[in-house]
Amino acid sequence: MKHALMVLLVAVASIGWHAAHGGEAVPLAENELTEKRLIAISSELRCLVCQNESLAGSHAELANDLRREIRTLINQGKSDSEIMDFMVSRYGDFVRYRPPLKGTTLLLWFGPALLFFVGLAALVRYLRRRDRVLQDAPLTAEEQRQADALLHPQDSRQGRS
Amino acid sequence: MNRFLWPLIGFVVLVVLLGVGLTLNPRDVPSPLVGKPAPDFSLPRLHAPEQPFSPKEMLGKVWLLNVWASWCVSCRQEHPVLVDLARRQSTPLIGLNYKEVRGDGAIDIDKVAPDSEKGMVIERAAAWLTQHGDPYTLSVLDIDGRVGIDYGVYGVPETYVIDKAGIIRMKQTGPITPDIFSGKILPLLDELSK
Repeated sequence: MKHALMVLLVAVASIGWHAAHGGEAVPLAENELTEKRLIAISSELRCLVCQNESLAGSHAELANDLRREIRTLINQGKSDSEIMDFMVSRYGDFVRYRPPLKGTTLLLWFGPALLFFVGLAALVRYLRRRDRVLQDAPLTAEEQRQADALLHPQDSRQGRS
Repeated sequence: MNRFLWPLIGFVVLVVLLGVGLTLNPRDVPSPLVGKPAPDFSLPRLHAPEQPFSPKEMLGKVWLLNVWASWCVSCRQEHPVLVDLARRQSTPLIGLNYKEVRGDGAIDIDKVAPDSEKGMVIERAAAWLTQHGDPYTLSVLDIDGRVGIDYGVYGVPETYVIDKAGIIRMKQTGPITPDIFSGKILPLLDELSK
């Protein structure tokens, strides 16, 4: 059993290793600086084919084309923001992993904070209201006797209280 | 009563939001090109490769630009709609053949000699149109997909409705179904042709 488990673990681990190392993008580059900028820019961009992968990490055909395009633009001396504009003008804000702050994205940016404060307000309200309900009322003599009996069972048995 | 009212309202709102979310298509990314001039290009025609085509030639006409490739499975699904459109409509339909050879997952482009790619593209595209019918007024060849990038193509088939002034009025990502055609594209064409 233990042996089988070991084999399984090694198998799973090696699958993971292959997934991580098997399909790494081949660096086409001569220029290290260009490659660094390419990676920095493409990490900020979404691959539209796979949507949940960045352009830097995607193996999709289109991602290859777009990386090549970005490399060309870098070599033409375009700035990072010019390259970003190039992509956004073709694929829209969706291509950016960090959407710009504007009317249509307000809810996206501030929605979570809004929900947090609504939740906080609800919590405070609830606690205050509960406080009011649970206000200390003096016990009646009968309640006091019951409470004492519960708190000091021995004492009450010996009849000392 | 009031104790359960607010959680219930919250639950209903959540269900409605999730329900709406399910009906949305995450592939349908709004194109920033709608309302902008169609990017210019000059590409060889499929049936007359020595004669380049440019969208400028279409100024003054309402026309459709349809991105297709023989390796594209959804294009096959869409094709009968296009053939039907061409039969019934006089609207020019320009085909943009997108990465015919290098987009095909079955072909390793590194093993294709650079000067033989264009010939392969023409052969494959023409054969496909012969087999499935050719609804296109003409098709142009975007061999390396560079024009596709300018049009923000990310999934074939895609279709653009372009007006008389050369402005993109609508983009359809994915196959045109008969419903989309009669419900969205046809009314738009009628409106633009006025």
